[in-house]
Amino acid sequence: MATDFINLEKTAYEIRKEILKMTHSANSGHPGGSMSCIDILTCLYCEVLKHDPKNPDWEDRDFFVLSKGHASPALYGILAYRGYFPKEDLLSFRKLGSKLQGHPEKIMLKGVEITTGSLGQGLSVANGIALGLKLKKSDNKVYCLMGDGELQEGQVWEALLSSGHRKLNNLCIILDRNKLQIDGCVEEIKSEEPIAEKLRAFNYNVLRIDGHNYSQILQAFALFKQTKDKPTFIIAETVKGKGVSFMENNVDFHGKAPNSDELERGLKELDNHLLKIGSEKN
Amino acid sequence: MEKKGTRDYYGQTLLELGKQNPKIVALDADLSASTKTCLFAKQFPERFFDCGVAEADMIGTAAGLSLCGFIPFVSTFAVFGTGRCYDQIRQSVCISRTNVKIVVTHGGITVGEDGATHQMLEDIALMTSLPNMRVIVPADAHQTSAVIKFIANEDGPFYVRLSRDKFPVIYGEETTFRLPFAEVLREGKDVVIYATGLMVHQALSCAEILSKSGIEAEVVNVASIKPLEKETIVSSAKKCKIALTLEEHSIINGLGAQISSLLSEEFPIPIKILGIEDRFGISGKPDELLKFFGLDAETISSKVKDFIDKRKG
Repeated sequence: MATDFINLEKTAYEIRKEILKMTHSANSGHPGGSMSCIDILTCLYCEVLKHDPKNPDWEDRDFFVLSKGHASPALYGILAYRGYFPKEDLLSFRKLGSKLQGHPEKIMLKGVEITTGSLGQGLSVANGIALGLKLKKSDNKVYCLMGDGELQEGQVWEALLSSGHRKLNNLCIILDRNKLQIDGCVEEIKSEEPIAEKLRAFNYNVLRIDGHNYSQILQAFALFKQTKDKPTFIIAETVKGKGVSFMENNVDFHGKAPNSDELERGLKELDNHLLKIGSEKN
Repeated sequence: MEKKGTRDYYGQTLLELGKQNPKIVALDADLSASTKTCLFAKQFPERFFDCGVAEADMIGTAAGLSLCGFIPFVSTFAVFGTGRCYDQIRQSVCISRTNVKIVVTHGGITVGEDGATHQMLEDIALMTSLPNMRVIVPADAHQTSAVIKFIANEDGPFYVRLSRDKFPVIYGEETTFRLPFAEVLREGKDVVIYATGLMVHQALSCAEILSKSGIEAEVVNVASIKPLEKETIVSSAKKCKIALTLEEHSIINGLGAQISSLLSEEFPIPIKILGIEDRFGISGKPDELLKFFGLDAETISSKVKDFIDKRKG
């Protein structure tokens, strides 16, 4: 069955609009790193994950852990688009009484597997889920999305050692390699390259893809599912703020919401892109 | 009184629970021989995860296992199982309210020769301040077994602090546990001593010494520091009207602080907080250290007398 790349792209760009609206309405939040990972999340929730939005606790589900919890607008966007909760709720993001907390909270919103926000913790949790699934003799998978700034946390390397050592072939890590962190360029602040070589030495199946190319994203997940003896680590090269010209590669939009003017201009750009989808090849 | 190790009873009880419930799993950070999770590991290797020297990773891994329906017991020394991974406990366990049981050994100064780096005196402060966390310090080996069985059946996070040293047994083997837990172990009318963990038996010895001077001390085992069992604690305060708290922990933000906070609202009376002053531990033998820090029965009783005299004077 041919994958509907057009629909994936449409969904991802509709959610990009939601990310702008949510962060603008909250006058806070992290649009840049949400827009860099939304194509990956869209592929996961539309094509890859075994899940049931009407039954988030379904015992037979695959797990997704958003270790970079500040990309909560992206997660909330895709959860709403897949029917976990009404899209109208998205604008309650970060407001008093909302289930959509600044960073995703397990006990507040069904579909959030674990609370994240303080960086570096998601992979250990994903490792635990992977071990638990194996103990249950379940074939389900665990996906964990991390940020590249997050890779500087020591706990990440403890966890990378663990999953490599335990050969957790049911674990797939996706690195949102947008190359920017709050204070500037990741490589200037604390260089992480060569990431692929490091991870291969940690016993990972390492793949490098364009994190905005749906075909490459899905192919990487397919390769993960075929990998028998080690965990998979996908380095997804992405663009922070992807989809809105003045936000792209602009570190200012890491943790800053668009103002009204920027919102209007951003939505216009995204609408223009949406009109073009389908008329050119992905 | 016969001496038994709380950690030995933890290890045996965990093993028993493992036989009864296939959902029980155990994690350790390279200290299983000391924490006694090695007993479980030997019998159930597939349900035991040695995380290596990586406590932060261990806490997260436990949280993940709990999401698959398992009941993880996480063990290491008190110092590594709290301060070293506070943020992981805060986020992956407490904010997430995952079903993780943190059972640590080697709490307090009675760790002995290892010295300050290994003598955890701030863990009760750290753990009680976390919402959703329940904090228990059993008074002996038999109560430890009861606590472990109890928490295995209660959903949500727990912190249980055990000791390295063996110390006298107070409870019978068949004792059970409930939450919250405070129990009057000796009745008195002149002063109430609220104690926790291995200080409970010291409090009982102290009460015997005081009795010879005509002071009848009531001794309350406050095994659950959070939540507190208010009724028993307040009723002893009303009866004795003067109180001491006793713990193998910093006098800042431990049992004493919790009791003071409760009584200042419910029934304000003079309270003396006994524990380790605002300082770190040092190397020595456990008994020597208790004496050095003024936490042996003799020193405690003289402090009790001084405190009573001061109030009367």
